Amino acid sequence: MATKSKTSGSASTLERRGLTDEQLVGILRTMLMHRRLEGRGFELNRQGKIPFASAGEGHEAVQAGAAMAFERGKDILVPYYRDLGLDIGIGLSPLEVLLSLFARVADHSGGRQFPHHYASKKLGLYSISSVLAAQLPHAVGAAYALKYRKETGRAVLATVGDGATSEGEWHESMNFAAIHKLPIVFLCENNEWAISTPLAKQMANPNIYERAEGYGMPGVQINGFDPIACYAAVKEAMDRARTGGGPTFIEAKCYRFLAHTTDDDDRTYRSREEVAERRKQDPVPTFERLLVEHGVLTAEGLEDLKRSVLAEANEATDRAESMPYPAPHDLYTNVYADSYQPWR
Amino acid sequence: MAKTDTKAKGLDRHGLTDEQLRQIFRNMLLQRQLDNRGFQLNRQGKVPFALGSEGHEALQAGAAMAFNRGKDILAPYYRDLGLALGIGLTPYEIMLSIFARVDDHNGGRQFPNHYSSKAAGLMSFSSILAAHIPHAVGAAYAQKYRGETGRAVLVTCGDGTTSEGEWHESMNFAAIHKLPLVMLVENNEWAISTPLSKQMANPEIWKRAEGYGMPGKRFNGFDPIETYANVKEALDRARTGGGPTLLEGMCYRFLAHSTDDNDMTYRTKEIVAEARKHDPVPNFQAVLVDSGVMSDADVDAMKKDVLRETNEATDKAEAVPYPQASDLYTNLYEGAWQPWQ
Amino acid sequence: MAVTAGSKVLNNVEAVRETLYEAMKSDDRTIILGEDVGARGNVFLITKDFINEFGPERVIDTPIAEASIVGIAVGMAMEGLRPIAEIQFADFIYPAFNQIVGEAAKTRYRSNGEYTCPLVIRTPYGGGVRGALSHSVSIEALFYHVPGLKIVAPAFPADVKGLLNAAIDDPDPVLFLEHKKTYRLIKGEVPEGHYTIPIGKANVIKEGRQLTVVSYGLYVHWALEAANQLENEGMSVEVIDLRSIRPMDRTTILNSVEKTRKLLIIHEDNKFGGIGAEISAMVAEEALFSLDAPIRRLAAPDVPAMGYAEPLEHEYMSSPAQMADAMRELVKF
Ligand SMILES: Cc1ncc(C[n+]2csc(CCOP(=O)(O)OP(=O)(O)O)c2C)c(N)n1
Ligand SMILES: Cc1ncc(C[n+]2csc(CCOP(=O)(O)OP(=O)(O)O)c2C)c(N)n1
Ligand SMILES: [Mg+2]
Ligand SMILES: [Mg+2]
Repeated sequence: MATKSKTSGSASTLERRGLTDEQLVGILRTMLMHRRLEGRGFELNRQGKIPFASAGEGHEAVQAGAAMAFERGKDILVPYYRDLGLDIGIGLSPLEVLLSLFARVADHSGGRQFPHHYASKKLGLYSISSVLAAQLPHAVGAAYALKYRKETGRAVLATVGDGATSEGEWHESMNFAAIHKLPIVFLCENNEWAISTPLAKQMANPNIYERAEGYGMPGVQINGFDPIACYAAVKEAMDRARTGGGPTFIEAKCYRFLAHTTDDDDRTYRSREEVAERRKQDPVPTFERLLVEHGVLTAEGLEDLKRSVLAEANEATDRAESMPYPAPHDLYTNVYADSYQPWR
Repeated sequence: MAKTDTKAKGLDRHGLTDEQLRQIFRNMLLQRQLDNRGFQLNRQGKVPFALGSEGHEALQAGAAMAFNRGKDILAPYYRDLGLALGIGLTPYEIMLSIFARVDDHNGGRQFPNHYSSKAAGLMSFSSILAAHIPHAVGAAYAQKYRGETGRAVLVTCGDGTTSEGEWHESMNFAAIHKLPLVMLVENNEWAISTPLSKQMANPEIWKRAEGYGMPGKRFNGFDPIETYANVKEALDRARTGGGPTLLEGMCYRFLAHSTDDNDMTYRTKEIVAEARKHDPVPNFQAVLVDSGVMSDADVDAMKKDVLRETNEATDKAEAVPYPQASDLYTNLYEGAWQPWQ
Repeated sequence: MAVTAGSKVLNNVEAVRETLYEAMKSDDRTIILGEDVGARGNVFLITKDFINEFGPERVIDTPIAEASIVGIAVGMAMEGLRPIAEIQFADFIYPAFNQIVGEAAKTRYRSNGEYTCPLVIRTPYGGGVRGALSHSVSIEALFYHVPGLKIVAPAFPADVKGLLNAAIDDPDPVLFLEHKKTYRLIKGEVPEGHYTIPIGKANVIKEGRQLTVVSYGLYVHWALEAANQLENEGMSVEVIDLRSIRPMDRTTILNSVEKTRKLLIIHEDNKFGGIGAEISAMVAEEALFSLDAPIRRLAAPDVPAMGYAEPLEHEYMSSPAQMADAMRELVKF
């Protein structure tokens, strides 16, 4: 049941897997916006404007590709904190992203959550905590609800880092989803690191997808630097889930180019050479080149695209920054549905 | 895998001597006798609770024979009477646990069947499923860290317990560090009332091993010799730096989960009777008699001796007093302690 | 027992069962999930035959994996179902601690109201049944510290039904604690049909003038027994059944203490950091000068749980006689 997909995505061929030019450009735009917004977070942090930022550089392709397989208005996304690209790929606006970075009152969580912990009921984007793997049982519960209500045509996409697959809740979630043949796709973004812990210290068998068979579900490994391969694998799995075929586990091999967060210095645990070596396969310029070489986009078209991304990011930054923080009394709301005091 | 009768296969002794084969059989008889005794005492109103391992006798007696006393560590679960006996616990110790007497290893604090004996290398455990498995991994890490080759940890659990997160976390860690550990799953097809099909989509638990990067194997747990051979092979690998193994021994739970359970609410007499046809105790008896390891008279004498030992242990344990009220307060921390100082 | 029209006599198991049954019957968003809740009908037979009537999609025999039992229920709740998760014994709730404290209790807060978690977690707790170290613990103090969670622990069948209905209707996560020794021991009249009792309201189950006793769960019954005994001796004790632990009913406690001027809190959970500590602090802050005697707490000693052997269980628990002694002492103070 476990399969390993061929890696396409080399600049020489364009296997478009049914994607139109517009969709291909859409994927690239998500990737560019992903990188731009995260870069913005780091800039704002260095400027002392926000206390914290993190980034998914190296995850752009897998997230933009996967997002293209998500059906807006139908599917549910249960992400983790490194999924900015997925979140904007399913419709989250740059303004919403900046509101989260700036912790403004108009942010979905009202400035309560860390950056990148987005939630939007309208988009089907679930609220998550920072506690690793804790979101996976929620995703399974949501998938159960879809199946129970016989809402075929809908599925849950749940993501997780390589490191979080060591958590017990990952295991429990995989097992339950398989038993009940739930409409869910587990997408593991294997960037080879869990903060400072390399894959070798996280698991003896680095092929995480090989665990899927033990649970009785298909397992797939894909090149996470190839957005089209990711789209195709996620689409196939989501389609299977939507039509009663049960869950799939997908492992997308990618890499974390930056430190874990602005609070981390990755030079303490990995060499610059290793990172530079992996940067050579940076999916963003690779995919840019691919689309230009195959005439999906002209060189000018690409420049326009980048300019529009920058303009949108700038505008979102300015607007979000000008908005107010939550007020002190906002600390007290939404603990319960009603106004509540522990002593009645 | 079908749980075939040992009988049908004849005697393939895997290097076991006649004496060892008799020991295995005696362990199996003793398990059944002590299990029965627990249930009898419960019916007589002498003990509030009992739990049996009927159907697990062969698996446990075989596995125990592969355990190196004085070297290996056993981290069992509550259904491991035969393993406890097989590594050296006495029927008297078992009865002290059933009666919750003051001389019990844990002073009558724990439920029956929650044995512990530092002398025997048997780690203390609670009723919380899977919670002991990380402890076993920690003990294996200690052995490896101290360079104690020749030692290993045998940890057991039921099929149902493999669904716990801690099971996964333990397997993963043991594989990463190539620890001297054997994870023996006693697959009796039930977790109280929950059949295997509601516990997991892929009923072959041993197949999870590959995902963790360790060897995995399933065997017939109704066959004590096959069990011995597989557990021995895995323990030997662990003892010599070869890392952990996931073993799945197929058996069956012939009785209700415990004296508090009525299994006829969720399974039929017929399916239990069907499984009983492969009862490992009479089957192994037949193997030993057919192959001349024991005569019928030997078997009878052994059964009488097992009954005598069980009776003596029962009487002796029953005569021991309960712990006292003041025993509630000891061994919370080292030294006397109050939350307000 | 004479039965009022429109009522029937049930024990606590039957009260839980009837309430769950009516919830399943009246709302198909209701899902029960837990270990052995299906064919076995839960280890106390609370959901017996539910699986036959409502089907395995609504009565889920889960794998043994408590973190995911609660976690999956959280996801179901976020997606619009009304899950009732069962932890087979309260002692097995620890693996689910993060999902209860870190996730369920924070879902509304962290999404600023966009997502909610209407979830009931039922679990049998408490001792006196020879449950030993791992089938007898009280867990309420570990959870009552947690904003975002509600906790109820009813003692009487009518309260069980009213509060379980309230918990099921509640828009937020509720930990519903059922004292397992009261399951078959305690019987009482239960009104027919749907009704709720507000979470956070205590009940004065016996009026008195000289001492206020606050308790919950099994000990309410024993405290009542002791108070009645004192009544025969000419002493007048008021007994309050808390029923809800979070939120807790300040008004009822303060009104009573202002009247009796003495307070005894009795619970089965450990004394140190227990529910009684919070009640004592509240009364000390708000009614210190109404008191004619120091506040007293009768609660379990500072050991992890009761042992299996009878003397150990006996020593751990407070008896009605010990309760009566404590009451006498305070009345006479
Ligand atoms: C339960 C829990 N343990 C630890 C952490 C701290 N922590 C945050 S991210 C992280 C590494 C996660 O690695 P991985 O799952 O591979 O995701 P990545 O950050 O590489 O995308 C750790 C240990 C946490 N947030 N939650
Ligand atoms: C954490 C935890 N959850 C639930 C229980 C209740 N419980 C006790 S035994 C059991 C079934 C265990 O099944 P399995 O692991 O297959 O072992 P078996 O009893 O079949 O040998 C359950 C659910 C428990 N003791 N601990
Ligand atoms: Mg990672
Ligand atoms: Mg089992």
